[in-house]
Amino acid sequence: MKDFFRNGEHLIRVLLLLILGVVAFLVIRRAVVPAEFGKYGHFRPAAMDDIRARAVKFAGHETCEACHSDQAEVKSKGKHANVGCEACHGPLAKHAEDPSSVVPQLPDTKILCARCHEANQAKPKWFPQVITAEHSGGMACNTCHKPHAPKIGD
Amino acid sequence: MHPLLPGVEGYMYPNEIELQWSILIVLYPYITGLVAGAFILASLERVFKVEAVKPTYRLALLVALAFLLVAPLPLQLHLGHPERSFEMYLTPHRSSAMAMFGFVYLWYLMIVLLMEIWLDYRKDIVQRAETSTGLKKWIYNILTLGSHNISAAALRIDDKVGYFITLIGIPSAFLLHGYVGFIFGSVKANPWWSSPLMPVVFIFSAMVSGLAAVMVIYMLTCWLRRVQIDMRCVDTIARYLLYTFIIDFSLEMLDLVHRIYEADESLSALDFMVHTKLYFSQVILQIFIGTLLPIGLVGLTQITKLAEQTRKAIYVVSGCLTMISIFAMRWNVVIGGQLFSKSFLGYTSYKMDFATREGLLPAIVLILLPFAILYVLVKLLPPWPKGEAAA
Amino acid sequence: MEMTRRDLLKKSGKFILLTSAAAAAWEHVLAGNIESAPNYDVTKHWWAMVIDPEKCIGCGNCVRACEAENDVPTGYFRTWIERYHVNDADMEHPQVDSPNGGHDGFTEKYHDSGKTFFVPKLCNHCADSPCVQVCPVGATFRTPDGVVLVDQKYCLGCRYCIQACPYGCRFLNPKTNTADKCTLCYHRITQGLTTACCEACPTQARVLADLRNPKDPIHEFLRTHSVQVLKPQMATHAKVFYKNLDGSVR
Repeated sequence: MKDFFRNGEHLIRVLLLLILGVVAFLVIRRAVVPAEFGKYGHFRPAAMDDIRARAVKFAGHETCEACHSDQAEVKSKGKHANVGCEACHGPLAKHAEDPSSVVPQLPDTKILCARCHEANQAKPKWFPQVITAEHSGGMACNTCHKPHAPKIGD
Repeated sequence: MHPLLPGVEGYMYPNEIELQWSILIVLYPYITGLVAGAFILASLERVFKVEAVKPTYRLALLVALAFLLVAPLPLQLHLGHPERSFEMYLTPHRSSAMAMFGFVYLWYLMIVLLMEIWLDYRKDIVQRAETSTGLKKWIYNILTLGSHNISAAALRIDDKVGYFITLIGIPSAFLLHGYVGFIFGSVKANPWWSSPLMPVVFIFSAMVSGLAAVMVIYMLTCWLRRVQIDMRCVDTIARYLLYTFIIDFSLEMLDLVHRIYEADESLSALDFMVHTKLYFSQVILQIFIGTLLPIGLVGLTQITKLAEQTRKAIYVVSGCLTMISIFAMRWNVVIGGQLFSKSFLGYTSYKMDFATREGLLPAIVLILLPFAILYVLVKLLPPWPKGEAAA
Repeated sequence: MEMTRRDLLKKSGKFILLTSAAAAAWEHVLAGNIESAPNYDVTKHWWAMVIDPEKCIGCGNCVRACEAENDVPTGYFRTWIERYHVNDADMEHPQVDSPNGGHDGFTEKYHDSGKTFFVPKLCNHCADSPCVQVCPVGATFRTPDGVVLVDQKYCLGCRYCIQACPYGCRFLNPKTNTADKCTLCYHRITQGLTTACCEACPTQARVLADLRNPKDPIHEFLRTHSVQVLKPQMATHAKVFYKNLDGSVR
């Protein structure tokens, strides 16, 4: 044994270096690993909060209906009853938060309506669809149809 | 229109059009494979007492070290946030094969490779520390770790410990490269990768590439130093190369035959791809030129007696072809696995840039870098055996 | 105190129409300290989605809404729509396309009798997610309420999760250099709102569901309809349920 210590002392130096390295690593780890990592699973719990803190862009139709109850009333009786306000008017949470800061632009019906109603073989047969070139000859859709009550005669 | 869309045939899920893992990720398993293979060659002498390959023992270790030092670099270049890579040590996710990378790499580098090299070279290091001057003296002194004891007893201890380290080094080398195979082989979403054979194929192809690399480097350095090549040594390495290559090829063919026979839903997509997109890199380069030809050439040296010059030529050519073939194999696995859609309805193309972070230029630099490091290592710790004859 | 009509509407609107719980949370959202929002209990929800491809008209509203809500970079998709065209009995080789993910709708391409339909796709928020399994550092994870998320501050961008997803729903965000995917609008659903894609869908082809809520219509729905998940053989326990999914869908 004494022989080992005399002649194997270089190996002990290596071992000590290694232990030093491991200790240094553990100390760094303690300092750097994010707080509460592993609380709910192998991840940083604050990540959930980071994501939850994102800004909301679409207010949701319930919020729109709070102020625009008259349009909501008309729409609820027509064919577009289940089409959300922002499905056509775009994301308007900013407008709902402060109505005068963002004045929504009315969408161009020639482009907007065709997105859903342009005829396509892949669309379900029950869904109202037309070949707009033949149907309206390029006229804006709201020339004849009221977007909130689209069926003519409603 | 998506800028890469012209390269798409059929249907790819929109997020699949662009390849995620580039040539750098082809390079990484190639480099760690060379490390594992070179180490296995070194262990042939140290543990399995194949005394014929002793002239390449130290060289093999230095080759392994040179490549191992470069191994993390392609990964760092590839990461979206290389500055966060230390997280793999801080919070490794135990269910992830990739998380084990950091620890296996560290273990192998420090405990196995550096220790083994240090123990084998210690006598030379101490002697050089005592005889050299200036910067070199300083470097050698640090490498001695403060101990100048090179008595016979101390060296005997070194030998015993070194043997033990090589012994655990063999499964460690398998682990170092086998887990890379497992990283691919365990991905159930990708039928080109998902296979229990993947780690085994990776290990055997690693051994083949490492043996070929050390053999060629040994022959090249002998030529540069105008020293006679130890033919018994290279004959033996070539023989081991042959056996390992035959096993490797059999495993890959087994995978192929099994796939074709079972003909599951992925086969038509994969089969078509191998016939078109991967035809050159897999069938021509990897299989015919890179595997069958070297096996045939080296096999020839085993069946008939050939002149020394002929054998040298065969070894160099076969060695180089082998190294190209194993690179092609990594390419076919990594890139090939991303060329087809997981919907099995289409294919995309790999657009490799030149001078970007993950382009061809950094890849070339990274494959040449280990040779530069090897040059420095060889100057610092000459691996040449004693009593070599001049050519 | 003078209160303008606007102020009154703002306050009462928020209070009446957002549920009072969500209203409390809204204040915290505006104040920027969401973690103190008191009302959301992660253990009381288990999020899922129900998709009815037979209602999908391929308008692309969902793709555009998701892009607007979540700042999705161009050319990458947190959700997308596929159009299938199946000829007769050849279910193995449907023709599928998804021009810009369906972001701008689909121009007419087929004029035959083949079966054609749309399939909206998104992250399936798998209960046994292979993407979570392979993440080396824990940057992607499943929350206790069943949503698979990516920690943008922790992700290394190694892309292993993107390789591991069988559905192709992940991508590398070029702005953050981290992995990215559908978050099921976690910032919305934890406040009582629905996801942006469901909000924008004009035919309710996509509907958010909460499996842990006994009153959620999904329970009746699952009991009375034929439902499938994508790639069930992968055993990922996907939580996006498709009604009457055709056998040709990949």
